[in-house]
Amino acid sequence: MTDFFKLHFFIPLGIVLALIIIPYVGYMANQQLVLAVVIPYLAVLIFLEGLIYRVIKWARSPVPFRIPTTCAQNRSLPWIKKSIGEKLDNPETTLQVIGRMALEVLFFRSLFRNLTTKLRRPADHPEDAKLYYWSYKWLWLGAIAFHYTFLIVLLRHLRFFTETTPGFVQTIEHVDGWFQIFQPTVYLTGIILLAALTYLLLRRVYNPNMRYISLASDYFPLFLIMAIGTTGILMRYFFKVDITAVKQLALGLVTFKPTVPAGIGVIFYIHLFLVSVLFMYFPFSKLLHMAGVFLSPTRNLANNNRWVRHINPWNYPVKFHPYIEHENKYRQAMKEVGLPVEKE
Amino acid sequence: MKEPVKSEFGTVGEKPKVEKKIYNRNLILAGIIAFVVLITFPIWNLQGKSVPPPDPKLDTPVIQKMPEKDRKCIEDKNYMRNYHMQMLDNWRNQVVRNGNRQYTSLSGKKYTASLQNTCLECHSNKSQFCDQCHLKCWPRASWRPN
Repeated sequence: MTDFFKLHFFIPLGIVLALIIIPYVGYMANQQLVLAVVIPYLAVLIFLEGLIYRVIKWARSPVPFRIPTTCAQNRSLPWIKKSIGEKLDNPETTLQVIGRMALEVLFFRSLFRNLTTKLRRPADHPEDAKLYYWSYKWLWLGAIAFHYTFLIVLLRHLRFFTETTPGFVQTIEHVDGWFQIFQPTVYLTGIILLAALTYLLLRRVYNPNMRYISLASDYFPLFLIMAIGTTGILMRYFFKVDITAVKQLALGLVTFKPTVPAGIGVIFYIHLFLVSVLFMYFPFSKLLHMAGVFLSPTRNLANNNRWVRHINPWNYPVKFHPYIEHENKYRQAMKEVGLPVEKE
Repeated sequence: MKEPVKSEFGTVGEKPKVEKKIYNRNLILAGIIAFVVLITFPIWNLQGKSVPPPDPKLDTPVIQKMPEKDRKCIEDKNYMRNYHMQMLDNWRNQVVRNGNRQYTSLSGKKYTASLQNTCLECHSNKSQFCDQCHLKCWPRASWRPN
């Protein structure tokens, strides 16, 4: 088990370190054009193409029967009323499905109901061990902190891709740098992002059960996004690069007139390369739950099996083999061994 | 061509060919299009028009009067571009909190730590120098020009 863990932990770590060295070597070999233009374009193409391919592939699978996972009572006797929470947990209409999906996508409801189990000694029977369940919100907290800060960090980067920074981005920055500490102002989301990632990583490493089921594909995105966050923070606060040149580069990319301004530090190329790798890796990994959450049949279907007939597209008219045919075939043999027959 | 389904009793039916199609096509396509439109926002926002890079001007009278070889900022150009904000912040701290107005540059030259008297003496053209980046393409929500 230890070896299994080591393999799945250290190989992705090594890959991410190699991914940091590659752009460094490329920078030293003056391959800025490849690092800043070719690879980012390629990454966005692979990202979009892969994502659309996967979504279409999912959409081609028929889901003939409704298979929602439900946590509440289905429609029942008329005097049994369903509360709003029960309607969202066992949706009967499209509107309720939309409500359920919104709760899932925006607030990670299924993680919010996460439970933990522990064996404890009950006070009245100290010699016994009893299994206790209780609410466990840390995973939800870590996940929601990570996802929302990542989104905000992504939106903040719009500053580089627009001629004049949109108002909402300025508002985000203003709120994000609320405390106005240090120069340049520290953005809280950057710190929360790394803290949440650290928790999500430690959760896998610390708990033996989690460690056992964690694979390289679980650690790799964590290491990769941690490396992206770390290089970003280093670049913003410590090893500064010429930010107007970076913006010129970004604007050149989105206006399809790519230029590589001179004098951008190597850390920028490392950051950009890691982001490109994340984009390329995205459609082939578990990160695609971004699209998959909308297409999961256990969540996005109304639980109406009891009153709507859903027909299987691969149903065929079945040729029945009724008992009487069976008897016609074996009547003589049945009579011989004394079995009762319907027709003489 | 329908494929027969066989069992111990012979042919019991014919497997229909399941039509290959995108289920909920309109919804799926709408979702994909919405996503692509959303993430290509920077592209259609600019519509391919080129944005000139900021062009801070250095042709103030004070700089012009300097002999060619002395036309240097406190630190070298790259350092000033990347770190001027931290330098000014450090100056503020050392002047306001410690009353120390002396700044020794990396090359050993001594300067008075003052935005008004040192920086703006040469760079007296705020709108053609500072604002080129700070207002045009690098506005900060918390940075208020006065």
